[in-house]
Amino acid sequence: MAQSDIADQTSGSGSSAEKGSILYDPKVRGLFFQIVLLAALIAWVLWVRRNTLDNLEAQGQAMGFDFLAGTSGFQILTTLGTWVFDYQVGSSTYWDVFLIGIVNTFAVAFLGIIVATVLGFVMGVFRLSSNFILRGFATVYVEIFRNIPLLLWLFILYFAVLRNLPDKRDKVAIWGESVGLNITGLYAPFPITYEGFWMSAVAVLVAVVLWIILGAVMKKRQEVTGQQFPTFWVGLGMLVAIPTIVFYSTGAPLEWEYPVFTEEGPVLRRGYQAGIGMVIVPEMIAVWAALTLYTAAFIAEIVRAGILAVPHGQSEAAGALGLRPQPTLNLVVIPQALRVIIPPLTSQYLNLTKNSSLAVAIAYPELVSVFAGTALNQVGRALEMVFMMMMVYLFFSIATALFMNWFNSRMRLVER
Amino acid sequence: MKLSTVFGAAVAAFVAAPAFAGTLEVVKAKGFIQCGVSQGLPGFSNPDDQGNWSGLDVDVCRSLSAAVFGDPDMVKYTPLSAKERFTALSSGEIDVLPRNTTMTMTRDTQLGLVFPGVINYYDGQGLMVPSSLGVTSALELDGAAICTNTGTTTELNITDYFRSNNMNFELVAFEKADEVVAAYDAGRCDVYTTDRSGLAAQRLKLTDPEAHTVLPEIISKEPLGPVVRRGDDEWAAIVRWAHIAMINAEELGVTSANAADMRNSDNPSIKRLLGSEGAFGEGLGLSNDWAFNIISMVGNYGESYEKHVGPDTPLKLARGVNALWSDGGLQYGAPIR
Repeated sequence: MAQSDIADQTSGSGSSAEKGSILYDPKVRGLFFQIVLLAALIAWVLWVRRNTLDNLEAQGQAMGFDFLAGTSGFQILTTLGTWVFDYQVGSSTYWDVFLIGIVNTFAVAFLGIIVATVLGFVMGVFRLSSNFILRGFATVYVEIFRNIPLLLWLFILYFAVLRNLPDKRDKVAIWGESVGLNITGLYAPFPITYEGFWMSAVAVLVAVVLWIILGAVMKKRQEVTGQQFPTFWVGLGMLVAIPTIVFYSTGAPLEWEYPVFTEEGPVLRRGYQAGIGMVIVPEMIAVWAALTLYTAAFIAEIVRAGILAVPHGQSEAAGALGLRPQPTLNLVVIPQALRVIIPPLTSQYLNLTKNSSLAVAIAYPELVSVFAGTALNQVGRALEMVFMMMMVYLFFSIATALFMNWFNSRMRLVER
Repeated sequence: MKLSTVFGAAVAAFVAAPAFAGTLEVVKAKGFIQCGVSQGLPGFSNPDDQGNWSGLDVDVCRSLSAAVFGDPDMVKYTPLSAKERFTALSSGEIDVLPRNTTMTMTRDTQLGLVFPGVINYYDGQGLMVPSSLGVTSALELDGAAICTNTGTTTELNITDYFRSNNMNFELVAFEKADEVVAAYDAGRCDVYTTDRSGLAAQRLKLTDPEAHTVLPEIISKEPLGPVVRRGDDEWAAIVRWAHIAMINAEELGVTSANAADMRNSDNPSIKRLLGSEGAFGEGLGLSNDWAFNIISMVGNYGESYEKHVGPDTPLKLARGVNALWSDGGLQYGAPIR
């Protein structure tokens, strides 16, 4: 039997294994210890739970998740989250506060990941540039940002930005009257949509789907006939044309609400008027900038390492096959570099998401600030709220990791 | 960083046996009182450049130490943010929390804590604006941006005030007071709101303290007092009577300077207070000269007030409602008899 063969190999001793005693069967043994471990783990979790509840009761602390339905009586800084959930003091609940925290955390993590990736790749390539100025600049950038703690960067960027912006009654015009900046934030027009706008949104989706189909079909054709097709330009044309036609044929159901800047009246009323147009608060900008610049420094090093990991012989071989430098980079170097880049890149994305919790220091209302800070102080359910928060970060991190693992498997070397 | 206390509480809830009764024995055994204070609020609890803490709240710790050990300096201080303070106390990290903490019903009933019922400073939330705004009343502040810090009652009070007056505002809430001051100083907000005593203390950190006005409105009641863990009545009684002793001492004219002579006073109230008659300290589990130690080593309430926050200090806070009841204030000490 196969089992006793293994038993012979592993135990090395003979007699009882040959009789097939169940005590020495490695499968049975393995199963036994796994069950014991699992039972111990479950017992431990139950014990901790029981003990926690007992102790909380002994301390006279209320417990449970019923607080989530209670109305939250405090104002929250206007951000993406308060807009998405239409936060109203007096009717919104602690559950809304929780969701607002999640949205704000997600917003800054998502934007941070995108910009940090682009900036990191640019800086990583610059570090390998033959141009002394580019290389020097990238080196200084990387060393400065990765060697100073993130929290300090948050304070530096936030207070440096605040100190240098014009005050509330003043502004810097960035784009005429429609886009402007002062200490209370970046103001821009806000799109107000009317009935029928959803058709334009659908049109964008349709164009994207058509682009993907076109790409697949034309790739097949190229593999069969060798004929190339300008998929990118045709796709881009579709992406612009289809929604535009739909937009105007449905009667252009969109209007821009411009921010209003007043220079008259009582001093307090001057400046940008609250609630008109779109505003991005400086806290958000500072958090975003700090997370991006800090993480990009690490990504730059990862990219540099990835590119250096592709042996020079690969480019030479591509050259010998007659590939020009651009296709060599796109088809030979980058795909192989990505294999090395993606796994550590995933860790950087996870770091960025988790580091966003430092934003509590500069008043950006993300999850830790608004839920574990303000809300926790009002209701005092530390265990429940910290547990909820841990679950959110765990979920974000696992989702990012799963996506990157999928991407990694797409990018790995396919051997024929 | 800030979460450490929250997790500390969580861990404590997991593992610690609920043996919080008997703080007095614990304190006596370890030889010092672990006292939760602010992260630096001039006049109330503030470290000097050598790390020595002083202030009205610190005097609560010192009076307890004098009562328990006969030495006001057997205290170790734990600076806490507004957010961390209650979990630090309920987890047993500190023994008492005199950290300009407002007594509210939720805090007194739902957090596993209890206010022994003494208020060492009657405060109220106020608003400060740059004088250049030309604002003279809080009712003119519709649409203002307001800076404050998280984890306090101030966020709720300001929201209630603006809602009840049908005004809009933007709330920028920082974790620590230092950042609130810096952001307000930079002009991020039109208004800085916190307890009026806090405004008096924090404005000293502004670039030009004179260029700011505290508006006349007091938008909340903020009775600030020490907090202890629920279920430890002996320790709560010590905290309660230490404060009452300081008030009664002021009322009876006993000061740190004359306490020793006053022991021979003919006034029975003074004799009972200073332990030369009766055995009141025993009821607290302390020696009978507990109050004498407090008054001779820390001073009476009036001395403590004048030394840390009174008109001759940078805070320039008039006695106001914190005067003795006999002078028209609210400080009223139950009799020691």
